[in-house]
Amino acid sequence: MTLRWAIPALALCVVLPWLPGLPLFWVTLANLIGISAIVVTGLVVLTGIGGMTSFAQASFLGFGAYTTAILSTRYGLNPWLGLPAAMAAAGLAAAAIGAITLRLKAHYLALGTIAWSVSLFFLFGNLDILGRNDGISAIPPLTIAGFRLVDVRLSATLIGVSVVGVIAATHNLLDSRWGRAIRALRGGAMAAASCGVDIARARMLAFVYAALLAGLAGWLFAHLQRAVNPTPFGLYAGIQYLLMAVVGGAAYLPGALLGSALVVIVNDRLQDWLPKLLGTSGNFEIIAFGLLLVLVLQVAPEGLWPHITRRRRHTHPRPIAAMALPKRVAAQANRAFEVANLRRNFGGLVAVADLSFTLAPGELLALIGPNGAGKSTSFNLLTGVTRPSAGTVHLMGRDVTGLSAPAMAEGGVARSFQHVKLVAGMSVIENVALGAHLRGHASPLRSILRLDRAEEARQFAEAATQLAHVGLGDLADRPATSLALGQQRIVEIARALAADPAVLLLDEPAAGLRHAEKQVLAALLRRLAASGMAILLVEHDMDFVMNLADRLVVMDFGTVIAEGPPEQIRQNPAVIEAYLGGVA
Amino acid sequence: MDQSIFLILLQDGVVNGAIYALLALCLVMVFAVTRVILIPQGELVSFAALTYATLDTGHVPASLYLLGGLGGAAFLRAAWAKRGTALLWLAVETLVLPAGIAGVTVWLAPQKPGVAVEVLLALAITAPLAPYLYRLAFQPLANASVLVLLVASVGAHLALGGLGLLIFGPEGSRGPGFSTAMLSLGDQVVPGQSLWILGLTLTAMAGLYLFFEFTLLGTALRAVAVNRLGARLVGIRTEQAGLIAFTLAGILGALSGVLVAPLTTIYYDSGFLIGLKGFVAAIVGGLASYPLAVLAALVVGLVESFSAFWASAFKEVIVFTVIIPVLLWRSWRHQDLEDEE
Amino acid sequence: MTLLDVRHLSVAFGGIQAVSDVALRMAHGQIVTVIGPNGAGKTTLLSAIAGIIPASGSVTFGGVDLARHTVESRVAGGLSLVPEKRELFAGMTVAENLRLGGWRLRAQGFRAATRAMDECYALFPRLAERRGQRAGTLSGGERQMLAMARALMAKPTLLMLDEPSLGLAPLIVRDIFRTIRALRETGVSILLVEQNARAALAISDYGYVLEGGRIALEGDGAALAADPRIVEMYLGTAAR
Repeated sequence: MTLRWAIPALALCVVLPWLPGLPLFWVTLANLIGISAIVVTGLVVLTGIGGMTSFAQASFLGFGAYTTAILSTRYGLNPWLGLPAAMAAAGLAAAAIGAITLRLKAHYLALGTIAWSVSLFFLFGNLDILGRNDGISAIPPLTIAGFRLVDVRLSATLIGVSVVGVIAATHNLLDSRWGRAIRALRGGAMAAASCGVDIARARMLAFVYAALLAGLAGWLFAHLQRAVNPTPFGLYAGIQYLLMAVVGGAAYLPGALLGSALVVIVNDRLQDWLPKLLGTSGNFEIIAFGLLLVLVLQVAPEGLWPHITRRRRHTHPRPIAAMALPKRVAAQANRAFEVANLRRNFGGLVAVADLSFTLAPGELLALIGPNGAGKSTSFNLLTGVTRPSAGTVHLMGRDVTGLSAPAMAEGGVARSFQHVKLVAGMSVIENVALGAHLRGHASPLRSILRLDRAEEARQFAEAATQLAHVGLGDLADRPATSLALGQQRIVEIARALAADPAVLLLDEPAAGLRHAEKQVLAALLRRLAASGMAILLVEHDMDFVMNLADRLVVMDFGTVIAEGPPEQIRQNPAVIEAYLGGVA
Repeated sequence: MDQSIFLILLQDGVVNGAIYALLALCLVMVFAVTRVILIPQGELVSFAALTYATLDTGHVPASLYLLGGLGGAAFLRAAWAKRGTALLWLAVETLVLPAGIAGVTVWLAPQKPGVAVEVLLALAITAPLAPYLYRLAFQPLANASVLVLLVASVGAHLALGGLGLLIFGPEGSRGPGFSTAMLSLGDQVVPGQSLWILGLTLTAMAGLYLFFEFTLLGTALRAVAVNRLGARLVGIRTEQAGLIAFTLAGILGALSGVLVAPLTTIYYDSGFLIGLKGFVAAIVGGLASYPLAVLAALVVGLVESFSAFWASAFKEVIVFTVIIPVLLWRSWRHQDLEDEE
Repeated sequence: MTLLDVRHLSVAFGGIQAVSDVALRMAHGQIVTVIGPNGAGKTTLLSAIAGIIPASGSVTFGGVDLARHTVESRVAGGLSLVPEKRELFAGMTVAENLRLGGWRLRAQGFRAATRAMDECYALFPRLAERRGQRAGTLSGGERQMLAMARALMAKPTLLMLDEPSLGLAPLIVRDIFRTIRALRETGVSILLVEQNARAALAISDYGYVLEGGRIALEGDGAALAADPRIVEMYLGTAAR
């Protein structure tokens, strides 16, 4: 998607409200839709894409609205100065709340936001400075060159421009180095961490960004309504924003607009019809919304947007002339990896009892053993996913025992996973570009402002190079999860290579490959090793391993039972016993 | 604060805490067996309380419509999913049962049958709503993530809340006490109602304990909670376990509503806040530990009653902010990097 | 008489075929083994027969087509699986695990279940000693015994065992295989998946060798055990 739609959209925002014969009532409704869409866009980033469910977005709207309300009424500040203040208030509140709450996972986080939302609602309604439950009224309208924006059509233009700006900024953010990190949070956090992404930071980024948008919406809301009270910032409002996201399609930017429009319009109609139908007044529309929410989850859990549009595949422009990314300075060491007496218990269970081996630069070492021998745990210990209970790991002479996964990546370790972990919503090349995360430096703000294009081009050129390297260059723009599993494994290798690693750890790279593909993979790995990379692989395909590896380490019951070159291992009675078993 | 005020607040806190504890137990149980975080529990509390109050005025409660409507909807939903098998039992559960309860209610209600019968009727009308809700909202989502189930749960809460407003109207009411007796313990006067509440909650907890520890069905429910695949491999049907868990939650939620009705005026939406407090307690117990949840519920009751005395305006803020340090403590204990679905 | 008849069974995850077009038959009272190297699709095969994962092709058990049967109803029909991960109820006692294993017989009353438990304790005396202990605190061998006993509580016609020797010390492995042989004497048919090829083939009437999701070899247990291709399959062919 490019931003070519933005200019005509902006023109429409100016012209459309003034169409002769357009009922003002519609414009008012459109304004509500626009403000909601800004909040919901934040939710798309946070919940649909980042995987963090928040019921508290209305509270951040409240922070923005109350901030500008107080500044412009009590202190007589120009409402325009309220904008940065409102966004800052919402952003700071989110940073503080996030620092306490964001460590929570999945439903615990969602529950945490419910608690915050209820708490903050009562706080808004009980603070004297916020006017308690009556709120603050007589908020001045916005002015442009001395001209008061009291006409809803003028507000419509302002809100429309804001919506276009927000969608463009969000699009830019998502299409960047940190955007890929956010997109990896849902379902791909482990993979992103293995590429050096600081997961906690990416989560905080999404949380604060969503709150900033809510703060902006709150500012618009306060000066449009000219009065604020706690009701629109409560839990019910928060649920309604989530409903908009879910109905529209929580993982799709256009879904934010679609969902907001649907819910606001249906809400308006229901408020009109239901009291007539039922004979009493009350907010009965929540019955319909409750049912709608449950029904959408049962029938169309992805929301409506993917049902009304076919996903277009867009090609990422890749200037061939882009400069290469800076290479990592290869540390001169004669030991790439040195593992001594590594041990890991899970409760009373010993998964790895005693693992020791060394891996030299340029060496191809295979770790083999029967099921349950401790290979996967060993892999997790070496990549920082799991902390060892005892023992040491040295990476190019440096003690890295117990470092986190991103820190190991920073140190030059890259890996693939036994259960392939590609990010579902991203194309093949975007997944590979995620691997180059640590080789870029653009901040989220630079990305939003589109100042990161040169670096982005270099990252994608690198990703394209690595894809060509592993022989998947022509699949670059396919959705990653549309590939056969065997090819997905190879994409993981390309992603690992994009990090420019010194040590490459591969977990069953040949599984699911056809014979010819295995030969290609073996040739690639030999080439990489010849260039000085240290490679450790776990593999079940003995033909593949025996023909490829320089040396094998055989594990059983969490310990090394044999070590040596392939021909020696094949004759080793302990190995034969471990694999074929004794006669009981 | 003198000693007598302290004792009154203490008593208040314990009595409310007991009701929160009952709700917390249900939430923990339902979550363990079905992975559903039962937000609409609060609506059951409101509905039971209001039904009970209506019955005491000699009128037929409008909640019968809800019972019939949800039952019928549950029948259609389940019949559609099953496409024609085992319909007889389903019809008994979702159509015949509500009709029977309605018949008995219409017959008995105008006769003002007395508190005991009214309590039982209120339970009979409200409790089945929970299993119908399970069939309608959650069984079709049985394989969804906890998060999706939570959002659906919030949706069910919205819909039921709106229906509550429609059925009971915006006015609140208060049910009659089980006992008007006042017992004096030294200087302290203890209302009989408080003793009823404590007695019935303790009985319900004991009943739950016996059910889970000593019956095969209770053990099977625990088995589903600890290992769903393991349970299926011995032949336990998980959706049936879910139905039973919801039924228990329906009974206990309705009981809480009837217990709380004489204490304060209940509106159609009061149950939500009451339920949320049970919820705070359940989370303290990690949605997993029954004794911790009960203990936390008592603490919540006490925090609420004492903060009502010192800072009544901020009572709810304080109660709900209690949850934050707890969540924090939980999150610091789990620092492993895991992929969420 | 044919007890289990599997035809054209295929399972795919994502784009990869984990099991392709497998045919497998066994008669009442037999022990049949499926061996094969790591990652050959053995566990997938058993999971598909048990109904845990969806598959194409047909599975007929005791003359009944299982296509529309859930895991639970297959258990009710006499088809039990002891999975590779055991899937015990960790926080519950050995006795509770066993009682739940008898869920299928709950209509026959408490007495019948207690009798079945006593039979299990006779078969695995170690479990009798530990009946009050929580399953999560058992050793690896005891867990495997409990998993087998729990499955036997349902009085299955066919017991499927996934890697019963996995991670167990040689002495315990010998015990487990002895028990499997004893079970056959009581009329239970057994479908065994094993990495320990030698031990498994030694007690089997018939064996299948699974490689890359396909049946690569099949034959009498003794004949397979002597086949030199088995060694090759496990340790790879010699480098050219």
